[in-house]
Amino acid sequence: MLVKPENLRGAANICSDGGRRPLAAMFGADETQRGGGLAIYCLFYNAQKRDLDVLKADYPSARPRNYPSLTPLLPAAAWYERELHDMFGFIPEGHPDLRPLVLHESFPEGFHPLRKEVAVDCQCHGHREYEMMTSSGEGLFEVPVGPIHAGIIEPGHFRFSQAGEAMLQLDAKLFFTHRGLEKALEGKTPLEAMTIIERICGACSVANTLSFCQAVEKLSEAKVPYRAWLIRTLALEMERLYNHVGDTGNICAGVGFSPVISMGARMKEYLQQLNELIAGNRFLRGLIIPGGVTMDVEEKQLEEILNVLKEVEGVYADMVHIMWEQANFVNRIRTTGIVRESTAFDLAMVGVGARASGMARDSRKDMGFGIYDEFDFDVVTETTGDVEARIKVRVGEVRESLKIVRQVISKLRRNAEVELAVDLGQLRTLEGSWGISESPRGDNIHWLMLDAEGRIDRSFIRSASYPNWPALTVAVQGDIIPDFPLINKSFELCYACIDR
Amino acid sequence: MLKLLEAIFAGKCATENIDNTGHPHMRGQLQCNGACNGCGACAAACPVKALSIVAGKPSIDYKKCIFCGKCVEACAAKALSHSNKEVLAEILVESQAEVCEAVTAKLGRSLHVRHVDAGSCNACDFEMGATSNPVYDLHRYGIAFVASPRHADMIMVTGVVTRNLEQALHMTYAAMPEPRLVMACGACAAGGATYGSTYAIVGKVSDVVPVDIAVPGCPPRPSAMIVALCAAADMLKEKI
Repeated sequence: MLVKPENLRGAANICSDGGRRPLAAMFGADETQRGGGLAIYCLFYNAQKRDLDVLKADYPSARPRNYPSLTPLLPAAAWYERELHDMFGFIPEGHPDLRPLVLHESFPEGFHPLRKEVAVDCQCHGHREYEMMTSSGEGLFEVPVGPIHAGIIEPGHFRFSQAGEAMLQLDAKLFFTHRGLEKALEGKTPLEAMTIIERICGACSVANTLSFCQAVEKLSEAKVPYRAWLIRTLALEMERLYNHVGDTGNICAGVGFSPVISMGARMKEYLQQLNELIAGNRFLRGLIIPGGVTMDVEEKQLEEILNVLKEVEGVYADMVHIMWEQANFVNRIRTTGIVRESTAFDLAMVGVGARASGMARDSRKDMGFGIYDEFDFDVVTETTGDVEARIKVRVGEVRESLKIVRQVISKLRRNAEVELAVDLGQLRTLEGSWGISESPRGDNIHWLMLDAEGRIDRSFIRSASYPNWPALTVAVQGDIIPDFPLINKSFELCYACIDR
Repeated sequence: MLKLLEAIFAGKCATENIDNTGHPHMRGQLQCNGACNGCGACAAACPVKALSIVAGKPSIDYKKCIFCGKCVEACAAKALSHSNKEVLAEILVESQAEVCEAVTAKLGRSLHVRHVDAGSCNACDFEMGATSNPVYDLHRYGIAFVASPRHADMIMVTGVVTRNLEQALHMTYAAMPEPRLVMACGACAAGGATYGSTYAIVGKVSDVVPVDIAVPGCPPRPSAMIVALCAAADMLKEKI
């Protein structure tokens, strides 16, 4: 649907249908080089049609770039609109918090890197303000943390406003690892883009690659071979397994529960060694390409995968048993870091975070991408929305993933296809396209538009962590600050994925 | 409780020896055999310009290499291939084998390391975390990760340095006591060419602070990191 900017809010209201079709993404595009102006795109999940509804507001280039903000109506739009403000200079009128998001203090005001007139390697220095949100009052104090943390984790700055031990308010300053990847992708062919796409995020490498490849494949008539889809499904589930198993152990690091941390880390290591067995890389890089996959998985490898998974399944079961047996551990995780279903709904959360708060959203079922309709598996949900619920969802998903991997392997054994990739031929240009896949953290969406020569004109990457980060700041309110690491780890969100 | 005790006592020792070869599939060191005709297709295919043709043969800058395999694909003569051996840290190229042995033999030294993510994709960070897992057990070499640069002998930097993290890297470096070492870990930190140059990227780590040791890999495997860390511990000993 195409609307005028002043009508965007009304149209978005209709498209979201009272939240039944949640906002999936919102981003800008500079289409001046191909005769257009600036544009804002909104994507909405449409589970009924198993599709994304696209809403576009078009600006003739001369007009001022303001429009009525969607945030007062759809809270999920808050970050997207701050990003639109930073990257293109759009002004969402009535937005409650239009501070910078992506571009920190060293960038000048009025610098909008995703506009086409800005060169990709433009080194533009200046200064802009970035004020943290804090509370003030008698006896209140602030605790600043990061961006360089005490552990081996990604950079982010957290500012806690404390009333004694209780966290009153948390403001997160993220996007420290912003590398300008969307701009770096522009002008590259989809094949040239692959090395960057695989390196947006280490822990979601397969999901990012698979979403991007599907967006490319939609612009072609060619059909990806069935065997390639089996191998892709195997890779995506392996990614979920090593993340979930490692994360389950790592959550326990939030309370110093050492034996379980070690068990989780050991299982994760064995799973990453399997990744190397499959793809020659411990993060499964170099396997998935537009049109299919680059390498086959042979019988000997399948055998070893099954053996290792059997061992991992056993130790994981023990590990979970040990966790639930410890009353003092359960005491720490129960009713800690609650996200209510209505909050999850308003923020259009995805993945483990959404499912732990009672929203049965999983793009493997809802969108049925690839060949997921063929497999027997359940979407695991919990209702309490606390740390315990998020652990339980992961435990359930490890079980379901193992179920899927075993089905994939038995199908691979019966499938004698030799073709692993298809030539996509001439791709359709000047046409918006998207791809979706379910990463360990929720659905990952890539938007792609090619210019007349078949090079990338606009690529937008919405990782699963993007809609879930704002929920963390809600979840911690009222809990004590020693519980922050625990709550943070229970979401286990990526920084690199959202920072891009 | 019983299950916990059972797991602790019944669990066999998981720690393994450090091995710098991987599964047969692994994309490690590049080898070029006699079939090479110096056509340069490999250099043209390299997305990070790590490859160049010197005297009719490909020469590889492993600091930039992301081990993606594009050069191997592009080689029509089938002269180039990946072996499953890791490329080890830059200062070690002469004496890889000895260091590996020396690593296990030497005791009585220590290295305290602070991690700084200067703009990585998290893969290097994950592998750094893995060096402490029971399989690699980094602590057996007297090397430990510490919480503050004030307690650190070395900072281990991952990722290309982004504009948003340049100041944090400077300040972390300035906060360290002398003598101090800097390790650039992975292709982004060591070579800085992974994503090309953009408005948000400053460059490789050595463009911002002096680097003592560079670890190739995208990401380096935990075993390659451990070899590099042990070498750094020896370097520190010399400095003191």
